[in-house]
Amino acid sequence: MFSNYDQIIERLSLNQLWDFPGGVHPPQQKKLSNQSNIEFLQLEPTYYVPVKQHIGVEGKLLVAQGERILKGQLLTASEAPFSVPVHAPTSGIVAKITQHVSAHPSGIPELSVIIDADGQDTWTELKPVPDYAKTTKSELIQRICDAGISGMGGAGFPTHIKTNNNKPLEFLIINGIECEPYISSDDRLMREHAWQIRQGIDILVHILRPKQVIIAVEDNKPEALETMSIACQQKNNYQVVNVPTKYPAGGEKQLVQVLTSREVPSNGLPIDVGCIMYNVATCYAIADAIVEGKPLIERVVTLTGRGFKSPKNVWARVGTPIQSLLLHGDYDANTQSSPRFIMGGPMMGFTVTSVLTPIVKISNCILVPADNELPHPEDERACIRCSACSDVCPASLLPQQLFWYSKSKELEKAEEYNLFDCIECGACAYVCPSEIPLVHYYRQAKADIRNQREEKEKSDKAKVRFEARTARLQQEKEAREEKYRLAAEARKASMNKDGGAAKDKIAAALARAKAKKEAFAKEAENAQSAEKIKTKENASEVTDSSALPKTKVMSVDEVATKVSASQTEKNDSSTKNSVDGDAAAAKRKRVAAAVAKAKAKKLAADKAKKENEEL
Amino acid sequence: MTMLSLSSSPHHHNRRDIGQVMRIVCYATIPGIVANIWFFGFGILIQIVLAIITALVTEGVIMELRRKKTERVLKDYSAVLAALLLAISIPPLAPWWVIVIGTFFAIAIVKQLYGGLGYNMFNPAMAAYVMLLISFPMQMTSWLPPLSIAEQSHTLWDAIHTVFTGFTSTGFNVEQLKVGVDGTTMATPLDEVKTALLQGYTVTEAATDIIFDGAYGKGWLWVSIAYLLGGLLLIKNKVISWHIPGSMLASATLLSLSLFLIDGDQYASPLFHIFNGSLIIGAFFIATDPVSASTTIKGRLIFGAAIGFWVIIIRNWGGYPDAIAFAVLIMNMAVPLIDYYTQPRTYGHKNKTSKDS
Repeated sequence: MFSNYDQIIERLSLNQLWDFPGGVHPPQQKKLSNQSNIEFLQLEPTYYVPVKQHIGVEGKLLVAQGERILKGQLLTASEAPFSVPVHAPTSGIVAKITQHVSAHPSGIPELSVIIDADGQDTWTELKPVPDYAKTTKSELIQRICDAGISGMGGAGFPTHIKTNNNKPLEFLIINGIECEPYISSDDRLMREHAWQIRQGIDILVHILRPKQVIIAVEDNKPEALETMSIACQQKNNYQVVNVPTKYPAGGEKQLVQVLTSREVPSNGLPIDVGCIMYNVATCYAIADAIVEGKPLIERVVTLTGRGFKSPKNVWARVGTPIQSLLLHGDYDANTQSSPRFIMGGPMMGFTVTSVLTPIVKISNCILVPADNELPHPEDERACIRCSACSDVCPASLLPQQLFWYSKSKELEKAEEYNLFDCIECGACAYVCPSEIPLVHYYRQAKADIRNQREEKEKSDKAKVRFEARTARLQQEKEAREEKYRLAAEARKASMNKDGGAAKDKIAAALARAKAKKEAFAKEAENAQSAEKIKTKENASEVTDSSALPKTKVMSVDEVATKVSASQTEKNDSSTKNSVDGDAAAAKRKRVAAAVAKAKAKKLAADKAKKENEEL
Repeated sequence: MTMLSLSSSPHHHNRRDIGQVMRIVCYATIPGIVANIWFFGFGILIQIVLAIITALVTEGVIMELRRKKTERVLKDYSAVLAALLLAISIPPLAPWWVIVIGTFFAIAIVKQLYGGLGYNMFNPAMAAYVMLLISFPMQMTSWLPPLSIAEQSHTLWDAIHTVFTGFTSTGFNVEQLKVGVDGTTMATPLDEVKTALLQGYTVTEAATDIIFDGAYGKGWLWVSIAYLLGGLLLIKNKVISWHIPGSMLASATLLSLSLFLIDGDQYASPLFHIFNGSLIIGAFFIATDPVSASTTIKGRLIFGAAIGFWVIIIRNWGGYPDAIAFAVLIMNMAVPLIDYYTQPRTYGHKNKTSKDS
């Protein structure tokens, strides 16, 4: 499986390549757009530059709304290692920094710098490297990063990360395959700018020091193959090879296999098998960055499909909304029953959600198919297990099984069948007689699995924390109990050892406690008596104020008042008692009076009776 | 703003749908059917018409009951193909109700009750064939001799008459049609040899019978060759891969050759086995049914080879003269297991569960 270097070199020199399993041969349709030179576009009034256009993290914004900026000026700074800056595509004013529709299948808005062009297109100061051969590796890598270069073949991997390589490198592979049908941007670039691509390769060779450079071009691009061969003919260790046309030969893993028969390990990188791969457009951009000092602000974009009256390739600035590209290619709305614009090729591209979707660093094509050209898929039918899909799968997967498990959400099984080795090339869905959108199912299953993993990671962390806490509490509890147990044992042991002494001790302790108690009682008594004495003293103070200590300053009047107050109090209480007594006496008096009255009345009545009798 | 129409990649399709695939397979049976008519009369045509009508009606009614898009399902031609394959497998003048029951069973029970197209574990035509063979052994073994040696010839009208009434328009029944020019009742070459061997004759002696032309049954050889032609066209058009027919014929040949070399009197030659009976139809049209066959490359090789093996075993030692249906059904059951253990090695992976070397 792992062919050695010399074998590979020998076969390459004979243009004897290997093959990858599967693959399909969709109609090429390259001629539609590759017949004329790359055209330049007029300046746009407005550009929409997404802050993040690559795999990794976005940089920090350096400009503010209303700020005047120059062409090529940094809009973001790269701080994290995986971040790549973006630059102003032209001079003008930052109109807004806001969410704008993204160049992504979802179209979910992302932070973008919206620039109103001033029409001057004035460059910022450029700092080319005078002689890259005399510049250090790290300086060049920094320059590549500063120029905002990320892989232009499709994945958008930060180029400086890939270039900062310390592992042994045998093959530097330059990918000019462009296996997607319709697209011809790399084709035109190689035909028209082979020398600059070669410059970019030279710079990479200077940095990476590979043993051999392989420039791979698919055999449906004979002109590009020729120009690249001419551009590279003076170099001994540059080999331009003619790769048989088969989709997806341009996939990184597939091309490594075709050229070297080696397989990039699952979850690995090409460097693990001694290879590093760059797209031709990336090489062009590297030359621009080092030799001219220009950042990556424009790229070749193919406008193709029968929806365009004049398909072609154009130099489009990053941030150009696709509506102006539609205008430039003479979009013919009559060819489509409902507008459908594909960013990328027919196999892996995605339909955009808005005509304001901007061109980004990885956008290589706007495909506008006429209705009958790439018809909408019909409803999917049942899978008949014909395995046409597995026959064409370049990764030797079993797409019908993956489909089965993806659809039934048996995600573990899908993973077991290596779902994550699927490169989403779409060959399976291309041949499926039931027209099942297989890739769509795989993407969904992958997303579901990623979500599950995240959730699981979270819950695992929580679980670990919870378990650690429980364990800690348990440990503490046990330690505590152990301590008590040991103490109790020690007590018991010492008691058994010399019981008498212990009893004495207890007796002593009891005696101490008793003594303490008594002492306490005594103290309390003392305190009471002391209080009494104090009161007595107070009394004597009143009578003999002169005997008072000097510190206790109390005027005679005050004392007198106090004493009289206490006396008043006493009087009051006695008054109360007497009042009570008076009340009883009054009652008695009243009773006595009433009795007397009654007696008197009786007497008077008796007297009157006597008088009446006398009368 | 106008809504843009969205779709998921790939936006390209090679435009060969299930209906097309099934139709191509149907067309590929035409040479064999023509040869069959040439040698054995129009019976097969009537069986095909009956089978297709029954299949479409059955599938249509079930689709209505399941509230599916009936027209769209019927247009996938899978029911038509299953019916066609059953029709060419049964005796041409079998009574009409045999093929009707068989087709209904194939579509309703074997296919739809398992969930419809793509979900059936067994090959519908073969499961129905076995059901018929066990239920109606007499009708299912009443094969006619080639017209050239039959005492009574029959026309299309006779064939129709016989299928529906049991008698030709002139009053002969199937038993009478089976009588050859020598006055004895004819059987198929496979039957003939089996019976002869049981009676103590050698294979060579059996082959002297009037139905034989050298080692091959008269007519049967050419019918097989015609089906072979259709099968090769399928491979050429990439409708089927060579793996199943290739390995099936290879294993049948190897096994029968070994037996033949051990004892040529007891065991027939590989060519006898290949060109008599339905080994060719089985290899190219039956075992290649995608739904019930293995899906991996290695799995297909194993699947085909095992069917070839079983066919020879059953033909030599089993109770039935031919064995395609039994062999296919046996291996249908083994498919999940085969598929599991023959997973290809994924790009960038070391060998794992698969038996790759």
